[in-house]
Amino acid sequence: MNVFRYVVEPGFFGSGPVHIALAVGTVVAVTSAVVGVFTVMRGQSFAGHSLADIATTGGSGAFLIGINQFWGYLAFGAGAAAFMEMIGIQRRRGRDVATGVVLGAALGLAALFLYLGTEYSSTTGASFTILFGSIFVITSSTVPALIASALLALGTVLALARVLLLTSLSPDIAAARGVPVRAVGAAFLMALAVSVALSAVIIGAVLSTALLIGPAATALRVAKGPVRAAAVAAGLGTAATWLGILLAYDSYYWPPAGRGWPVSFFVVTLITGAYLVTYLRRPERRPSAQESPDTEQVCSPA
Amino acid sequence: MSAELLRLDGVGVRLGGREILRDVSLSIRPGEFTGLIGPNGAGKTTLLRIILGLQPVTRGSVLVDGAPRPPRDASIGYVPQKLGIEPDTPLRVRDVVSLGLDGHKFGIRLPSRARRERVDDMLAAVGARRYADARVGELSGGEQQRVMIAHALIGRPRLLLLDEPLANLDISSEQGIVSVLARLARAEGIAVLLSAHDMNPLMPVMDRIVYVAAGRVAVGRTDEVIQPEVLSRLYGQHVDVIRVHGRVLVVAAPEGVDEAEAAAEDAGVIL
Repeated sequence: MNVFRYVVEPGFFGSGPVHIALAVGTVVAVTSAVVGVFTVMRGQSFAGHSLADIATTGGSGAFLIGINQFWGYLAFGAGAAAFMEMIGIQRRRGRDVATGVVLGAALGLAALFLYLGTEYSSTTGASFTILFGSIFVITSSTVPALIASALLALGTVLALARVLLLTSLSPDIAAARGVPVRAVGAAFLMALAVSVALSAVIIGAVLSTALLIGPAATALRVAKGPVRAAAVAAGLGTAATWLGILLAYDSYYWPPAGRGWPVSFFVVTLITGAYLVTYLRRPERRPSAQESPDTEQVCSPA
Repeated sequence: MSAELLRLDGVGVRLGGREILRDVSLSIRPGEFTGLIGPNGAGKTTLLRIILGLQPVTRGSVLVDGAPRPPRDASIGYVPQKLGIEPDTPLRVRDVVSLGLDGHKFGIRLPSRARRERVDDMLAAVGARRYADARVGELSGGEQQRVMIAHALIGRPRLLLLDEPLANLDISSEQGIVSVLARLARAEGIAVLLSAHDMNPLMPVMDRIVYVAAGRVAVGRTDEVIQPEVLSRLYGQHVDVIRVHGRVLVVAAPEGVDEAEAAAEDAGVIL
């Protein structure tokens, strides 16, 4: 058991913050991964990233006025989602302007809030926490809210799963069959905003799309059916989060000794690594695509 | 004669001050194979969208089984011209066909053997069984058309609408799709309304034709509609109908085109 003890530092499973980190991390990783699969499929990764930037402003604003950052992420993310749905910038048109102007302004505000916040409270590390996550310092009182939000987002996306798939196949077919396409899109965008806020708690606001998009993008490269893609993404997200937490805990003994490395570094690196590994696989050739099935029916051109 | 499945009466559509369709009247009976023919931009897609309830009409009425179309009408199946999906979309061919049964429903569903068999049978009927487990985004255009026909038919519609299913297909896929549709229409009594800018691949199977040009339609049997007088009136300029080895070409006459006719051409043919 010496090897095991070397990998899992003594005290890892006995630590209260680690328990909370693992529990919340798992729920958030699964939610983000499943929401992420639909986000990538709907071509809304950009919307996810915009929500993350605006959530950063919310988180830093919450820090400035002294409330839990999660509520800041959530309020600004949901508000931004509603605004985006209203003006439709989550679609391709208008993206450039939105990126340049709105998101820049949001991050500028975040800079101001963080500066003022650290000036007044002289709390060091708050900026880091908001930007890059704080999984070991989740207060136990916010845990129920985090888990409830995650279940709400996950439940929404599961309830909409078939409708979202049909809509991504063809919005016209969905509309012709009575699906309220616009309302479904708005509900999905809200679930996306909640997932971004939750990921921001785990790996920070600016990195939150990594947990959302990374496992999903990897799953889409390896899994074929929608259920399998969601399962693979959830598995990858959870594995990266657990390993990230474990390595961060271990890294307390790494140089510079006594200052653990950030969880978000490990989680994002692991997710990126998994995505890159999928490119090492030889692309599989589909046997049927090459020849047309109708060849035998062709009569001679004359 | 059996009752009308679909009836359009004096339908007109105006979009942004422009008249897209005017005074369109037509009816479709069960089991009929109707070609919706006309140049690009003539209003074919708009007409299909009206029937699907996606495009409100400015005037006139649309009746399905003698009554206004309900918001969700399972009796009409639809195959759009293009799918909005990327190659990495995790939808296998069988997932797509299965969504034809219940993709509009909320909540999750557990897999069942009966459903799987029904999907397999439908794929076999359109000749797409071999790539049932491939991702639909990776298929060729002709293969995707077959899959979408299976998707539309598995809900047992009585009218199948297809928007330019033959566009961008090679000639063998084109013939394959047409023969699959003709066979299913005959065997199941499904009415087919298929839009195309070239009527020739449909000549062997088409019962009736709806010819759209300059926002107006001419409706009837193929030999009734494809006449120089009928089409010239529709286009608002003189056109010739040329028949070569059983194929038909509709061409504008180069001589004697006066200014009024040229204007009509701008309005109808090039739009």
